[in-house]
Order: sequence, then C-alpha cells, then structure tokens
Amino acid sequence: MWQPRVHAPVTNATSGREGHSAVGETTCDVIADHLAHYFPQQTYRSNEVTLSTTLPALVASSIRYRYDASHALDGLDLSVASGDIFALLGPNGSGKTTLFRLISTLAMIQEGEISVFGHSVRKQRAAVRSLLGVVFQNPSLDPKLTVEENIRCQAALYGISGQDLRKRIQAVSEQLGLEERLATPTEKLSGGLKRRAELAKGILHQPKLLLLDEPSTGLDPASRLDLWHAIQQLRTESGVTVLLTTHLLEEADKADRIAILDRGAVVAEGPPAELRASLGNQVLSIRSTNMNAVIAWLEEHSVPCQKLSDQILVSIPNAMDIVAPLSKQMGDLIQSITLGQPSLEDVFIAKTGHRFWKYDASVSA
Amino acid sequence: MSAAELKHTSHSSSSEAATSELRPPFRNNVGSTVWMLAKREWIRFFRQRNRVVAAVGQPIFFWLLFGTGLHSAFRSGGQDFMTYYLPGTFALIVLFTAIFTTISVIEDRKEGFLQNVLVAPVPRWTIALGKILGGGAIAFVQALAFVALTLATGNLGFSPALLGIVAALAIASLALTALGFMFAWPMDSTQGFHAVMSLVLLPMWLLSGAFFPIPPPTAGSGVGQVAMHWLMRCNPMSYLVSCLRHMMLSPSSGGLASNSEVANYWLPSLTVSWLVSIVFLVVTFVGAWMIVLRPAKGDLK
Repeated sequence: MWQPRVHAPVTNATSGREGHSAVGETTCDVIADHLAHYFPQQTYRSNEVTLSTTLPALVASSIRYRYDASHALDGLDLSVASGDIFALLGPNGSGKTTLFRLISTLAMIQEGEISVFGHSVRKQRAAVRSLLGVVFQNPSLDPKLTVEENIRCQAALYGISGQDLRKRIQAVSEQLGLEERLATPTEKLSGGLKRRAELAKGILHQPKLLLLDEPSTGLDPASRLDLWHAIQQLRTESGVTVLLTTHLLEEADKADRIAILDRGAVVAEGPPAELRASLGNQVLSIRSTNMNAVIAWLEEHSVPCQKLSDQILVSIPNAMDIVAPLSKQMGDLIQSITLGQPSLEDVFIAKTGHRFWKYDASVSA
Repeated sequence: MSAAELKHTSHSSSSEAATSELRPPFRNNVGSTVWMLAKREWIRFFRQRNRVVAAVGQPIFFWLLFGTGLHSAFRSGGQDFMTYYLPGTFALIVLFTAIFTTISVIEDRKEGFLQNVLVAPVPRWTIALGKILGGGAIAFVQALAFVALTLATGNLGFSPALLGIVAALAIASLALTALGFMFAWPMDSTQGFHAVMSLVLLPMWLLSGAFFPIPPPTAGSGVGQVAMHWLMRCNPMSYLVSCLRHMMLSPSSGGLASNSEVANYWLPSLTVSWLVSIVFLVVTFVGAWMIVLRPAKGDLK
C-alpha cells in the first residue's frame, strides 16, 4: 500500500509553473531560514540539509494576504506538528479560509512562506498537492454520481486504479461507515453522510496533511459527533495530521492544539486546556446597571477586568474571593455575578479585547 | 528512516536523486484525469433525462419546423429549404450540445467539484482537455445519430462523402466545445453564459450560412449587404457549415442537389473550408488551454 513519503528539501532552485511537476526545485535557503525560525536548536544550511523525521507538518511564516484594500492575513505565523489535530479558531472574517486557500494552493501567496513537510507551497505546488487531502466547506461531491463514482473520480486525479483502488475504496468505506452507501447517488445522502463521503475522497490517496474547512458546517449535533469520531479515528489509524478551520468553540476544544485567529493574525496558540488555564481557574462575569462604577471599584482594588458591551469579565486566579466584598459594597448596582471555568471565548476576549462575534464591543482593561 | 538517509547534499547526483524522490508518487494521473473528466460528462448527460430528450428532439423539431415552414418562402436554384437547411441543422445540433456541456464548467465550479480538481497534483490543462473531449464526444455522437436518421429518411445518401461529413462533424464538435469552454471558464454564473450564448454563439450560427445563404457582394450592393457578407465570411462557423454543405450537396453523396444550384450565393471552396475549420479547431484548443491556466474568480468561492 502506498504511503506518501516525506523528504528533506533539495537544493536546486528553478522556477516551477502552475499545474506542472514543479518539484525538486527548491530553495533550501528559504526553507532553511524558515525552519530555523521555528526550530533554532537545529542547523539548516542551504548546501547540506539534515532534517529529523519529526518535520513539522506545516510551517507558515509572516503571511500577508490582501483582498483589494483589506488585509485578510496580516503577518500570520503558525506551526503544526506532525500527527496533531490542529484547529484554526476564529470568527468569520478572521482569515481562516484565506489561510486554507493558501495552504491548499488555490490562492497564490502574496507575502511570506508556507511549507508542508518541508515543501514550499509557493514553489513546489505539485509536491505539496500530493501530500494534501482537502475537504472544502462547500460540498465537492457530484450530486449526479454515486458515492463510489465520486470516490473513483478522486482516485483518477491521483492515478490510483485497479486492484489498489478497489482495496482503498473498501478500506475508506469501512473506516467511515459508507459500505452500504457506495451505490447511493450523493444527492440522496443526508448531510452527515455527505460529509463522510467528502472525507472518504479526502483520505483516499492517504495524504500526510488533511485540511478540513469548517467540517461541521450544516451538520446536526449527532452528525458533528459522528464526524469528530471519524476524524479522531483517522488520526489514530492512519497517523494523518489534521488541520481544520472552525468558528465553533466546542469543536475547537476537541483538537490537540488550537490557534486563535483574529483579524488575520494568530493571537493565541496552544492546547485548549493550556489556553484556558492561562486565564486562571475561574472567570467572573458581572452584569451591572452601572458598569463604570463597578469597574472603578475593581480598579480601586487592583483587580484587572475587561468591559464588554453588556458585562464585565474578571479572569484572575481565585476570582471567587472578590465576590463577597463586591456584593457587599456594590450590591445595589449588581444584576448578576456568574462564576465559571474559563472558556475558549474567554481566552479570545482576553487576547483580542472583543467578543468572538462582535467586533464593536470594545474593552477597557 | 535513519538520519543519514535523510541527509541531502547539493551535489548534482544526490540532488537528482532527491528530486526524483520528491516527485508526486502518482503515476499516469494526467491520462486518468482526462479520461475521468470526459467519462463523467457522459454519465451526467445520461442521468439528466431532460437533456437527452432535448438533445434528440430539438434538432429534429427545428429541421421539420423550419424546413417545412420556410419551404415556400425559400428560393435557391430550385433547392428546397429542408435540403438547404440540413447542414445548418447539423451545425445547430453540435452548437447546442457544445453549449450545454460547457455550461457544466460553471456548474462544476459552483458545486465545488472543480475546486477538488484544482487542488489535485494534475496540470490545469487536463481539465480543459477532459471537458472538451467529453463534451465534444456527446455533440459528435448526437450529430451521428442525426446522420443515421437522415440516411434512413433518404435525405442523405450512402457515399464516400459520408466519411468527410463524419470528419467535419468531429472537428465542429471539438472546436465548438472548446469555444464554449473558453467562454465558460472565467464565468461564475450560468446567467452570464446565457448572455454570451445569445450575443455570440447563436449569432455565429445564424451568420454562418446555416439558416440563409451568404449574400455575394455585387456592384449594386448596399453597405449593409457588404457588411453582412464580410461578417459572415469572417465567421469560422461559415466554413464548418460550408464543409458540410459541400459534401452533402456533392452528387456522390446521393445527388441531393448539384453544385450549380449554389452558384447564387457565396460559398468557400471545400479546400478552404477544411483548412479554416482545422485552423479554427487548433485556435480554440490553444485558447482553451491558455485560458484554463489563468485563475478564475470563481476558483476562490
């Protein structure tokens, strides 16, 4: 059974053309600098490159991308380790989909560099494409074809045929529970099954890096759980690295690591639990008829806080300790005080100064 | 894999070895992609029953409707309109089918199928080739079905010229599908394509001598007639229709009419018609190949 191989970059730099085998024509200098930025303990030189097998699945550095006058990505840096399920979390317009398009080679990089297992997305597009499995947010299944026919179309793109193809179809359909649906026209499938069929197409050629753009869009809660089970199973059984974009906080929470994007840049990155822990173990959410008075009281007592449009957030260790004195002294002005564990939205607010869905809610700290 | 195995140097031999290792491990995916895209056009065609009905019914309907309806109004050396209109009917079959198959480029982009192909390790020209071969084959087979019908009805006779007719239909099918592809590729809506169809493709057919003869400019011709003559003369489709007309009118093809009957209107010679048709095929293929290399705005939707 074929497995995509990962190799160190080679050294001859020549230009490649779109759609042709623009491989082997790299740029060690760029990639060496690139890797050295993230892995300074190792030495990378243009004429003698030694890499370990633990190459990062994806490295993006100083990515800038503009649509006319607006910056979709503004100096984004990111590294995804091999074997991780990595989530890009951000509200609509944060740059997730643009980054997805750049990695998947659909859009040309304007500024910065992205490498996939050491292969430059800018200069080794064919090699990068062979390592990627891509599942778009919008369905890519042909509704007039059956599930198996759609999978066979995908196989043709990668030159997979004959006995190998039959084995792979059997393997992916078993893995994703599609054995009974192979002969069903995709227009007759439920949303969850369509997503599974998309996933089957995405993993058929055994990619090293699977890109999923908003994989849960349009799915009911049960189908979402189902899909996540399939993704985790894929990682366990195939060792594939998964990079997904999402605007669903609960979905990002299931990833090994997440990067929170805001206005085209990464504002926080790490395992979800670690990011939440960075805010302390408790978060106070205070609603008041006079928020300015409450903020003045908190500042007077040296308690850092953030003002949102409708509430004040206090995320410090042992936040509960201020509940009693606050209630006692400002009780008339307090509508409610909620104490809870920090969520990813709290992390987002702490890092960006605004709510996940509302850019206009400014914060005074 | 040991660290030593992963060590690469800039020496040409090792670089060459590394380069070969870096090539995508997918073999023969260009051929399989072209075949898949072409075959998919056929599957989609036959699974959309309305398309099949329209494809078979429309040209027969047009031929009978115009052929009989305009019979008394048409004068061309004693030739009846059904005979005159036969090559135009073939051109219409090919043109309409080419239009409808190339609309699938826009649908593929909207349905997301095309994005999937664009991120696969295949050259973009495979998309153009697959779609043109698939769509062109549908148009060609449909035209062949009409050839069989006209043979059965006696409007076309069995003769060596039949081979030429088949070859001309093959060229017309591929060239017009490639032309449709060139228009469809940059578009992100089928409405836009319909506008092109109304403004460019249908007038191309109407001004090809398919529906009415190309007026010859004479000393007494007005500006309009001269302009019309040159417009029709510069239309590559005029030469495709002319190819068919020459072979269908040839006495060896069954003696539908003699060449003297076409003396009243302008008709390029058979050799010129073949040459221009072949050049038209090459130009549309090169155009489709060039246009597919350019990113379309719909790619990012």
